[in-house]
Parts: sequence; C-alpha cells; structure tokens
Amino acid sequence: MSDLYHVSSSPHVRDKDTTSRIMLYVIIALLPASIFGIVNFGLHALVLILVTIASCVASEWIFEKIVHKKSTLNDLSAVVTGLLLALNLPPTLPWWEAVIGGVFAIVIVKMLFGGLGQNFMNPALGARCFLLIAFAADMTKFTFDGVTGATPLAQLRNGEEVNVMDMLIGRTAGTIGETSVICILIGAIFLILMGVIDLRIPGTYIITFVIFLLLFGGHGFDWNYIVAELCGGGLMLGAFFMATDYVTSPITPKGQIIFGICLGVLTGLFRVFGANAEGVSFAIILSNVLVPIIEKFTVPKAFGQVKEAKKNE
Amino acid sequence: MNKNVERLYNGIIKENPTFVLMLGMCPTLAVTSSAINGLGMGLSTTVVLILSNLLISAFRKVIPNGVRMPAYIVIVASLVTVVQFIMEAYTPSLSASLGVYIPLIVVNCIILGRAESYASKNPIVPSIFDGIGMGLGFTVGLTSIGLVREFLGAGQLFGFQVLSLDWFTPITIFVMAPGAFLVLAFLVAGMNIIRKKMEAKGKPLPAPSGCLTGDCASCGQSAMCTGKKPESAKTE
Repeated sequence: MSDLYHVSSSPHVRDKDTTSRIMLYVIIALLPASIFGIVNFGLHALVLILVTIASCVASEWIFEKIVHKKSTLNDLSAVVTGLLLALNLPPTLPWWEAVIGGVFAIVIVKMLFGGLGQNFMNPALGARCFLLIAFAADMTKFTFDGVTGATPLAQLRNGEEVNVMDMLIGRTAGTIGETSVICILIGAIFLILMGVIDLRIPGTYIITFVIFLLLFGGHGFDWNYIVAELCGGGLMLGAFFMATDYVTSPITPKGQIIFGICLGVLTGLFRVFGANAEGVSFAIILSNVLVPIIEKFTVPKAFGQVKEAKKNE
Repeated sequence: MNKNVERLYNGIIKENPTFVLMLGMCPTLAVTSSAINGLGMGLSTTVVLILSNLLISAFRKVIPNGVRMPAYIVIVASLVTVVQFIMEAYTPSLSASLGVYIPLIVVNCIILGRAESYASKNPIVPSIFDGIGMGLGFTVGLTSIGLVREFLGAGQLFGFQVLSLDWFTPITIFVMAPGAFLVLAFLVAGMNIIRKKMEAKGKPLPAPSGCLTGDCASCGQSAMCTGKKPESAKTE
C-alpha cells in the first residue's frame, strides 16, 4: 500500500546510479592503468598516487570543516580527482609538489567554485596545468628504466622513429598513467559497458584529431605517425577519462559533438603548431571553459515547442 | 586636521584602491612580480597622484566643466612625463623593469578617479591628503602582492634570497601572470574576512561607495562608465 500511494515531488523514477557508484566505477576503470604505471615506473609511482589521493581527500575534508559544510567525502570524487591527477604526473616528481597539486585541485579549482558539480574546469587537469607552469622542470622530466629521456611524442616531433608497439603496451617514458594505451582502453571499455560514459565525446575528439593531423600534420597518410600521435602523451587518458567528466562537459548531445571537435582541433593546434610536444591538458581545460557557451547554443527543442517567430524590429 | 587624517585612513584602509575599490588593476597585475617593482610603481603613482590632486584642486574653479577630462589628462600627463624622466635619470633599472607601465600612469583609474570624485570638489589641503592616502593605499596593495609573489615564486624578499635554493624549488607560476591573479584573489579574500570580522565585532568598516554599491554619483568613472544602471543614468 505505502508503495502505491507514496506522495513526493518529482523525480518519481530513480535510477540505482549514485554519484559515489559512478565514481567507484571510474576508480575501478583507472586501476589497470594505475597498476601498470606502478609496475612500469616503480615504487615512487605508488607513493605519488597515494600521496596525491591523500592530499585531495584531506584538503576536501579540511576545507569543509573550515567553512562548516557537510562532508562530501563519501561521494568519492576527491579520490577520483587525486587518482587522475597522480596518473598525470611524471613518475619522478617530488612528493610535496604532488601534495600542492592535490590542494590546488580540490581547494581552488573545485571547492572555491562551490564543490562537485560547480567546478568550471576539470580539477585534476587544472592542477596538472598549475604544476606544469609552477614546476616546469620537474613536470617535464620523464624517466624510464632509470634513463631520463624524451617522451615518444617529443621524439616524434623531432622526427625520430618511435616504436608504436611499445607505445600501445606502455613501455615508454611518460606520466604514470598515460603510457599504456591498452590498459586505458580496458578501463574505457569497462566504463562504456557500465553506461558511465558514451563514445560521443571521445569519438569526435579522436576523429577530429586524426583529420587535423591528416590535413596539417605534414606527414600525409603516414599511419605509423598518426597511430603514434594517438597513443602518445595523454590523449587516450584525456579523451576517455577527463573530457568525459560530467561536470565540465556539455550535457546536450549536439554540444558534446561540438565539444569533441573543439578538443580535437585544439589538441592538434597545440601539438602541431605549439611550442611543446603535448597539449591535451591545455586543450581540455580550454574547452571546459567554452562549455557554458556551447550549451547555450545547443539547447534542445522541447517536445511540441515551436520555433519562436522573429520579432519585428 | 582631523579631516586630513580621515583622508589618509580612507585611502589606506577603508577604500584601499587595490583591495576594496579594485581600481588600477592593470599595473597591479602586471608589475608586481617583485616587491621592489610593486613599491616603485606604487610610489611613482603616489607622487603623480599627490601633485595632480594638488593642481586639479587649485584649478578646480578655472577649468570649464565641459572640457574637464582633457584638462585633467593634460595635467596628469605632464606630471607623469616629469616622473618618468626623473626615474630614467636616477633609477634606470627600476624604470626598465616597469617599462611601459610608467607612461601608462596617465590613464590610471585611481588618478582620474580621485581627480573627478575628490580633488575637483574639495580644497587643496584635503586633496593633497587624499592623494597621499590613496597613493599609499595603492603602494601597500602593490607591495604586499609583490612580496607574496616574490617569496613564493623566487624565494626572495626585496631581492634578498631568504629561502635557500638548495632545498626550495621556486613555484615559478607566482612570478608569471596567473600567479598575479591568484595572489590578488587571495589577498582580497583575506581583506574581506577582516571586514567581516570587524563587522561581527560591531566595528564595521563603512561600505565602499562606487560600483560595488551602485552609487554612481560619487564614482570617479561616472562620466565614462557604460555599465551604469538605468535609474542612475537618468539622474545624470
């Protein structure tokens, strides 16, 4: 009886998905890449991951204590932010710089703008860009197998040969979580199967980027070059895990496609014409900032709505 | 004399141009990469501000209302040229590091704002003190932003290495443009916390006038402002 006559305001039909459940899926999806990163780069990568997560969780807890807000630690979003940030850090970064990154991500990018759901850019990427500008030397020092060397992307930019197979598996220099394309794709497929993300943003992103490379990359139809560009740097991690962030991507389907095109073009511009070999994180946070404008112009028509006649001037 | 002290207090604390009125943001963000630069910019602006307030107040009955803006600009530009030449002669390195921002003092909002809203309506002595107060307020603002940025971004205070580079990695973002916005935002937030605390104690700092309250009549930029509310525009 009580079920039948339950009176409440809408929504009346509830899904079992909650914020913490989705965040948990994202964490599970990131595990293969994290574990590969730890195996690939050694114990310091594990330390960095733990320290970054701890820093994010602690700063969220302390901030909410100070401003007397209800604790939102249970939604696990701080853990996801910390994990994503750690996966975007080079494995040799001093731990205290990672702590600063975590505090910046949570306090400045997320909490000061109103907490989860209000942040205007992806907190993990905002913090990564902050660290990249703040500690440029440490953030661009990539060590693999004890040798400090260029990332495959930088080698590619200098016209050197790269081994695409190594890049797929992840046996290359890079940030902790970005090197192994296979591990990232395993996580991405898991997220797609669980319905957490769809292919609209990553798909348009990657297709636009490939078209941009074909047109302006200067290598023509050199598939080796294109696959290497796709697998190199943070593109895969960014496309599947950061561009698809619910808060900082458009909610309208048309808007998501425009967002993906923006990402592809910006990444292409940064990588081909920019000063650095990598540009995914800047492309994503720049597109994040464009999201309100994109959404404004792609508001879908409600059922039965007639286009408003132009007013006579 | 009490009124003059009130002017000083008003400029440095109550209506601090940097932290409360938010005027002159362009030099505030651009030149404060070190405390010395902030101090130099603040003091040169103060000198121009005192002299321009003095002259504009002295000529306030002579200048026709219709051409007051060009007249103010001529006065301020002459003073800035003098200051620029003096700085080039005696502090060439500071002059080089402040660069184009010294000539740009001509169009500094604070100077035109004080000319329009205070010096053109008040006698000479209070106008001078208004210039001192506002100028020192600006200097305090710029120097404190410069101090924080220099300390975090280079580990230095007024050019002296206080944090040894052996263990300190400079957070270079703070001497670059984004750091200026971050530090300014945090200092303004700190200022607002102090205001709130004083209000809670029953000693409220009077609210600033101008754009923050929608009171266009007392605002120096009123003549040029395009973002006014319709009601106040009608009364112009």
